[in-house]
Amino acid sequence: MANDLTLPHGAGGVDISLWRKPWAASAILAVCVITFWVTTGTTPAAVAYLWQWLPALLQGLWVNIQISVLAMALGTFVGLAIGALSLSPVAAWRVSTRWYVNLFRNAPVLVLIYFTTYAFPFEVRVLSWTFAFPDWLKVVLGLALPTSANVAEIFRGAIQSIPSAQWEAAQSLAFKRREIFRLIVLPQCVRRMLPPWMNLYASITMSTALASLVGVHDLVDTAQIASNTVSRTDFTILVYFTLLALFFAYCYPIARATRALERRHDRH
Amino acid sequence: MTATERFLYPVPQVGAGAAVTHGVADRSPATPLVQLRDVHLAFGANEVLKGIDLEVGRGQAVSIIGPSGSGKSTILRTLTGLLRPQRGEIVVGGTRVDTLKTEAELIALRTRVGFVFQQYNLFPHLTVLENLVIAPVRVLGRSRADAEREALTLLDRVRLSNKAQAYPGELSGGQQQRVAIARALAMKPELILFDEVTSALDPETVGDVLTVIRDLVGDGMTCVLVTHEMRFAEEVSDRVYFTEAGHIVEQGPPTAIFQHPASERTRAFLQRTLGQGVRAAASAPDPFATAKRERLWVSY
Repeated sequence: MANDLTLPHGAGGVDISLWRKPWAASAILAVCVITFWVTTGTTPAAVAYLWQWLPALLQGLWVNIQISVLAMALGTFVGLAIGALSLSPVAAWRVSTRWYVNLFRNAPVLVLIYFTTYAFPFEVRVLSWTFAFPDWLKVVLGLALPTSANVAEIFRGAIQSIPSAQWEAAQSLAFKRREIFRLIVLPQCVRRMLPPWMNLYASITMSTALASLVGVHDLVDTAQIASNTVSRTDFTILVYFTLLALFFAYCYPIARATRALERRHDRH
Repeated sequence: MTATERFLYPVPQVGAGAAVTHGVADRSPATPLVQLRDVHLAFGANEVLKGIDLEVGRGQAVSIIGPSGSGKSTILRTLTGLLRPQRGEIVVGGTRVDTLKTEAELIALRTRVGFVFQQYNLFPHLTVLENLVIAPVRVLGRSRADAEREALTLLDRVRLSNKAQAYPGELSGGQQQRVAIARALAMKPELILFDEVTSALDPETVGDVLTVIRDLVGDGMTCVLVTHEMRFAEEVSDRVYFTEAGHIVEQGPPTAIFQHPASERTRAFLQRTLGQGVRAAASAPDPFATAKRERLWVSY
């Protein structure tokens, strides 16, 4: 008898804790709804179409992810070099890198993508070989430009945020300039740079949606094709909600991880 | 046995006689370790040092006192080549510091001179143990195991062995400063420069830091202290220098400076600082009281 009374109580507790987790809750809800549709055969037509188009959409998302990773890798590499040059004792380097950073941080990303798309040739001819210069690569370059400018700024800021007292202390311990940079300053910079760098990654990923405007078959482009092909208002609405959900599912965890890193940084 | 080793492995004193001879041999000023002659230094038009003469014997503790902005910390920075004077001569352990050119020469000097800062300046991304180990391993090329063993002994001596794995941000000011002293000692320096090391501390933690410095001086480490802790300076120093506006106004044994200052300016400074005139009685080492008085003085 006592068991009968306590058991439902305990089960209820488990349920509540599960419902508090938004991801688990929405997954359970989705599974319930889909099971209901499948078992009763009442799946709405728009959902059926979506199911049909989902592999194509995911392929499109994969293109966005590839572009964002490549742009970020290239932009980080170039940005670190430019950031280092902006700290150079040579005035010419400082001035020219300053202009680079200002130019590409203050240009709309879409303009930069159009710029790289139309300024670069469709193919490159080296002697007798011809290399195609695909659109997706131009988008990568277009996104890498603002990325590098932002990374340069993040790097410069991080280096300059290390108090000069750290240099003094390390000098007093007889470290060489190079060692101070490598052992004392850079490790502190990496920790400071990581959160803004991940922020930048999230924002560059969202900017990859612009790739569809220059003919890259990304997620947005696929959604447009799907919408035009199926040609149903309810499906169009559903497809764009799906787009929102997919971008959110990719970018939100990055934002969460950034926040977690920032909190850890604050503690030390 | 170096002063650092004596600090690390204190030997129980068997006979008073032995201890006395030992102390006399070490603390005689016959071979000056540090010598400044007519040192001038200016930042642009701002003249900070206007002809400083200073001498520190091997094993001596020398305190530099004086009002803020009188150039005390600048003197310390010229000793390790962190700042370069425009004129004058600086010799530290036989090295002409003011003419050092290359990084290698400066590094050779700095391995022999420890520096403890007012703001501790520990490396925040490293644990306490790493802070102590990194320089001996990377600069002196010592083995990691050796360096770690010695670092732990040093931490034990400053009573922080339980904090080896903590990060500096998790320690109080006084604890961080004791780690900073241990970090300087890990290099086994011949000379340690203390730059107002208790000025940023809470009054309760000042005493712990002063105890460590007192032990070091007792073990024969050559120390130059820039300090506002007058009673402490009087207690531990072999010589006291009073600086004002870039000049050495007066210098001598602590009893002379504190009990019978020759210069009117020294007397005025001590009066302001101690707030009760020049004391007649010998000092009772009470860092807590000193610390509180210092704080009052600083605040007005």
